[in-house]
Amino acid sequence: MSKTNSLWTARMGGMALLAAVLALAPLGFANAYYYDVAVGALFNAIICVGLNLLIGYGGQISLGHGAFFALGAYGSAIATSRWGVPSVAAMAASAVLVGLMAFVMARPILRLKGHYLAMATLGIGMIIYIVLKTEAQWTGGPDGMGVDPLSVAGLTLATDRQWYWLSAVLLLLAVWLSLNLVQSPVGRALRAGHGAEIGAQVVGVDTSHYKVLMFVVSAVFASVVGSLFAHKNGFITPDIAGFHRSIELVTMVVLGGMASIFGAVIGAFILTVLPQMLTAFDDYEAMIFGAIMMGTMIFLPKGLLPSLILLIRKRMGGRS
Amino acid sequence: MSLLAVDGLSKEFGGVHAVQDLSFTVEAGTIHSIIGPNGAGKTTLFNLITGIYTPSAGRIVLDGTDIAGKSPSQLARLGMSRTFQNLQIFFNMSAVENVMVGAHLHVDRRFWPSLLRLPSMVRGDRACRDECLRLLDFVGLGHYAEAEAAAMPYGGLKRLEIARALAAKPKLLLLDEPAAGLNATESREIDAVIKKVAGQGVTVVLVEHDMKMVMGISDHILALDYGRKLAEGTPAQVRANADVIAAYLGAHA
Amino acid sequence: MAELLQYLFAGLTSGAIYALAGLGFAIIYNASHVINFAQGEFIMIGGMATATLTAAGIPLPAAILAAMILTMLVGMALEKFAIEPARNADVVTIIIITIGASIFLRGAAQVVWDKEFHALAPFSGETPIRILGATLMPQSLWVFGVSMAAIALLWWFFNRTLFGKAMLATSFNRLAAQLMGIGVKRVLLVSFALSALLGAVGGIVVTPIAFTNYEAGIMLGLKGFSAAVLGGLGNGMGAVVGGLIVGIAEALGAGYVSSAYKDAIAFVIILFVLFFMPNGLFGKKGVDRV
Repeated sequence: MSKTNSLWTARMGGMALLAAVLALAPLGFANAYYYDVAVGALFNAIICVGLNLLIGYGGQISLGHGAFFALGAYGSAIATSRWGVPSVAAMAASAVLVGLMAFVMARPILRLKGHYLAMATLGIGMIIYIVLKTEAQWTGGPDGMGVDPLSVAGLTLATDRQWYWLSAVLLLLAVWLSLNLVQSPVGRALRAGHGAEIGAQVVGVDTSHYKVLMFVVSAVFASVVGSLFAHKNGFITPDIAGFHRSIELVTMVVLGGMASIFGAVIGAFILTVLPQMLTAFDDYEAMIFGAIMMGTMIFLPKGLLPSLILLIRKRMGGRS
Repeated sequence: MSLLAVDGLSKEFGGVHAVQDLSFTVEAGTIHSIIGPNGAGKTTLFNLITGIYTPSAGRIVLDGTDIAGKSPSQLARLGMSRTFQNLQIFFNMSAVENVMVGAHLHVDRRFWPSLLRLPSMVRGDRACRDECLRLLDFVGLGHYAEAEAAAMPYGGLKRLEIARALAAKPKLLLLDEPAAGLNATESREIDAVIKKVAGQGVTVVLVEHDMKMVMGISDHILALDYGRKLAEGTPAQVRANADVIAAYLGAHA
Repeated sequence: MAELLQYLFAGLTSGAIYALAGLGFAIIYNASHVINFAQGEFIMIGGMATATLTAAGIPLPAAILAAMILTMLVGMALEKFAIEPARNADVVTIIIITIGASIFLRGAAQVVWDKEFHALAPFSGETPIRILGATLMPQSLWVFGVSMAAIALLWWFFNRTLFGKAMLATSFNRLAAQLMGIGVKRVLLVSFALSALLGAVGGIVVTPIAFTNYEAGIMLGLKGFSAAVLGGLGNGMGAVVGGLIVGIAEALGAGYVSSAYKDAIAFVIILFVLFFMPNGLFGKKGVDRV
């Protein structure tokens, strides 16, 4: 019993640390560009926290979550600019629709295993991407479409600084909700299905139910962030649904550390900020980025945070 | 009425009859062992009873309900639980968490209370944890409660599976070779655990090679060979059965 | 009729390329259970190297040979330096490694060459051949003929040569193969070399039709993956059939339904097949043992 509390305290300590980092980071931001990159990192972190529930804890890969992000973005964009729906209502409606869509496709898809699942999610992502690119009368086609800024109860979010604080709070909320889930009977059932599927079933866990649930939860996370991104950016193109976007998200989760909520946050921060730093290398940017991706996964296959924790434990164990 | 009744059960894998026209009953409150040489169809029989395989023919009745074709998780709801010869441990969790998954059907597992960590959910979870710690003590793993399952020794994992199955509060518990791979001392410990479980009113069906254990704790024994029933009866009757001695005991003794 | 034939020609041409790519996925998957997301980049490198070398005045046969060798070396380097060190990693981890490799190779292509489109002259002129009212470009014959020849050669290699059989044996049972003295490391290396070579061949014959640039491999790679999954992972002939099905379906769909949705067709087929046959058309059924 003391252990639940101590584990919980450790997680809460992690959250406090994250909150402190988010609160203090702006002290080092020299101009609006820093805020802009930081908001991008926070957005990705929120998606990855959700995606990690599916990939890291549930053991189910998805190479199509960029599409859910894009559907949220386009849902908000179309509802606000074409039909004049208030932005928060549009965001909620998009999230509900994306959640329903994910629910409908989840059951047949999640029957598949390993690379077949990877292929199916990739396929769904590609189809959604191509639809967004082709149905120009709705989406503006490959040229994209403009989106109004986010306004809540008459207040309009205008500056990058405001966006920063909003998304920082949302990230903390996302982390808190995910921690709750992981340490609940729902999270245990999910992890059990990943650890030994039949072992979970014989004690009454309907494993496919939990996979479907996390597929929907992670899709909703992506959709909500997609809506925010659309309003923040003011302009969206179908590329946000592309294969690259989906791969980028999975890479963030795996690089940070699967089945580690704070790992996903770290992975998202690093992979968002890194390309900004690599632009100095011009033509060599992609090469260096690819090499870093390969190198990290070869030398730290468990991901950054779990490898780091293991290292610290070893050090401490050695001393005591 | 018997707790479990198997009637005319058969399973074929591409022309091979793993289990053939098998009928037997298990009375509530007894320890029922299934013995037979390797390949006699014992594990297949377990997989049929627990819903992992679908029978080619025959009926399986648990407490009056025909359960052939039901999924393992549905069967768990009807009061059946099991352990595995090849372990099915959640290696991504701690020992006590493994057992807590076993209690899945008996805790509040609604999505929204879990997501929001409502106080009622936290209380229920804490009670479940205490209960599972007691179960770990019961199988003699109290000191491993917080250990990662991946770091536990083989003998401990066998008992961890029993604790997990017990957390599901089954009426019928199926144990697939609980003593396989254990040394003599560990086997005797498992022995004692099984007796304690049965003493609490849980009906136990056991597949086991350790004859000393089988003869010592069983109320009833079913001997299989080539997927068919070879003999059935009390340990004394089975021990004296000529067919059994020829097919099985003779080869060992 | 002429229209249908025209679409079939187009479908068989692109289908042959998908088949080669799919076969590349299958060979590596068999040897290592790795899905190599850099397979498309092999195609790109083959095409880019040939196009730029001929543009620099090197005769076509020499350029082709050089491109094939280069791609093979890239494939072997990928295995040696990225896959082998991560042998025991998770499936997802290895997927990320090969995706990292594909980004790296695209970046390298950008540095070595550029971001422009490159053309390659058709191997035997541009006079269309007329068959029953449909026209067929000579290069399409090259694509189809060379692809089928490569596939036949591979079939011979895997079924008739000792080393080929040893490679197949490794895919069925790694431990048994090791006990029989088959060098698993060498099998891995050869499988990457072969897959890279197949990719290069595909890239070389298709470039006169489609142009090429550093990103040309992305879509081809994904279609090849679709072909391999459609046929059932690890089934070489399945991948070939899968590739042809995807190519023909795409051409027919683009012709009769909607050309804008051409690229979506492969994915619609694959989803449809996977929903009803979770292991592809010719895949083995996986069984959980407990």
